Amino acid sequence: MKISYYPGCTLKTKANNLEKAAVASLEALGIEVEEIDRWNCCGAVYSLTADDLIHHVGPVRNLIRAKEMGADKLVTLCSMCYNTLARANQLMKDDEVKRDTINRFMDDEIDYSGEVEVVHYLTYLQEQVGWDKLREQVKVPLTGLKVGTYYGCTLQRPAEVGIEPMGSYTQMTGLLEALGATVVPFNAADKCCGSYQVLGAAPGENSAASAILNSAAGAGIEALATSCPLCEYNLGKQQQQMLEKQAIEQGVPTFYFSQLLAVALGIDPELCRFELNDGQSLELLKSKNYLAAA
Amino acid sequence: MCETTSTPKFATGDRAILPEGASTIPIYVMGKMYEVPETLTIMKAMEFAGFRFLRGAGCRGGICGACPTVFRKAGDYKLHYGLACQTVVEPNMYLAQIPFFPANRASYDIEEMSGLADAIHALYPELFRCVSCNLCTKACPMDVDVLGYISALKQGNIEKAARLSFDCIQCGLCASRCMGEIPQYHIAQLARRVFARYIQPQAEHLKSRVTEIEAGKYDQMLDEMSGMSKDDLEKTYVDREREPDMVEPGSWMPQDRQYL
Repeated sequence: MKISYYPGCTLKTKANNLEKAAVASLEALGIEVEEIDRWNCCGAVYSLTADDLIHHVGPVRNLIRAKEMGADKLVTLCSMCYNTLARANQLMKDDEVKRDTINRFMDDEIDYSGEVEVVHYLTYLQEQVGWDKLREQVKVPLTGLKVGTYYGCTLQRPAEVGIEPMGSYTQMTGLLEALGATVVPFNAADKCCGSYQVLGAAPGENSAASAILNSAAGAGIEALATSCPLCEYNLGKQQQQMLEKQAIEQGVPTFYFSQLLAVALGIDPELCRFELNDGQSLELLKSKNYLAAA
Repeated sequence: MCETTSTPKFATGDRAILPEGASTIPIYVMGKMYEVPETLTIMKAMEFAGFRFLRGAGCRGGICGACPTVFRKAGDYKLHYGLACQTVVEPNMYLAQIPFFPANRASYDIEEMSGLADAIHALYPELFRCVSCNLCTKACPMDVDVLGYISALKQGNIEKAARLSFDCIQCGLCASRCMGEIPQYHIAQLARRVFARYIQPQAEHLKSRVTEIEAGKYDQMLDEMSGMSKDDLEKTYVDREREPDMVEPGSWMPQDRQYL
């Protein structure tokens, strides 16, 4: 099996731990990952201004790259890339007038009308591998690990592109349970992490993020799994500062779901790049003895 | 950039001589029509028309990037781009020279940087204003994949950016078309410098040669030569040992090996 894959800029830099673990996991599952050729920025945030079409050119150009490669599906990982690509795709499929304007502007490209389906990695795993088959491949079951699924906004909003309805977390739950972990629900699972708004706040003073971490800790969660580099920045990289400012009582190590997948598949921890997580993330896995086999 | 004189009656200096019977074509320079000989480059045609380049002309060989031209053809809205010293005039082309573009250029000390993209991002935060419109690539007279190297830099891939931008001649047309006000060519130059200084493997033989030079190994020879008369210097040059043409590699050695 072979898939066309769109990585995203942040996955090549600050969130390389999300990508490396995910690609290595697919390869371990016998799926060949083909990064699309000459990809550019996904657009990062989908423009909501009705007549602002230029900001859709970036994501559509990536979809054209996938179409040129003959792909019918484009798998992506980062929640924000997924959101931007999926929404631009929907626009090109549904809005004839805007599609025509965008295609005419991109006179250096072939025409596009939504032929490629944008699929999130989690959905792809569920549909193409399935949780039962995945369970058979697990080498290091994450037995005894209490995990909270934190989807963040862009994986579920708006409903037209959400990987599942608001309030439902079956895909990441299915994955983590197949890996042997215990998924624990918590009240703030559907709350926003603070997104880009936190850039104006002093470090560690993002009340949206501290509320999520406090809610997770209160539910007895030991680790949070996420799919979004911006959520991971607000919840993970800012945690030490939140502890120092006593915005949270205790830390909750954060992971990309792909890192937990890779650990359970017994993949070399080097490929998970834990040095890009907050230090306590790796400590937790060591204390649970999940890395001994590798 | 240039000034006009009256239409030339005779050739001087770089000005083209119109061969007898040669046909002329109309071109429009900054909106004014000039009859110029066909087959000339834009630069020669402008000089034929009486323009004199004080700036905005350099090597005249298509590599210095001093003479970018933007032009359009009658009846077509599309803009085209080229180098005045390389592009041949066509009938009814409307053109203007862009000898300089006031793009932002950051100052930095390469010795205080690192091989990480963060430093490039900090010097040129406008990099992230790119919307992937690709007008930069369309404007490049050297067919460089400008959007490709800008994307590579956003992805932290300095080597890819350095390699993709290798043919850049710093003409600035990319920046002139950028709605994000990104100085692509200056960022690419920085990427190539960072790549060469921190990422590309260093050549060991170059290092040892530089050490020899700094230790003064060649000082005496250079002093002797700089003290020679012109005649002696010429004789030394003519009599020098020279590797024969088409010799089998590795099969020839000079008699004088004291500097090898």
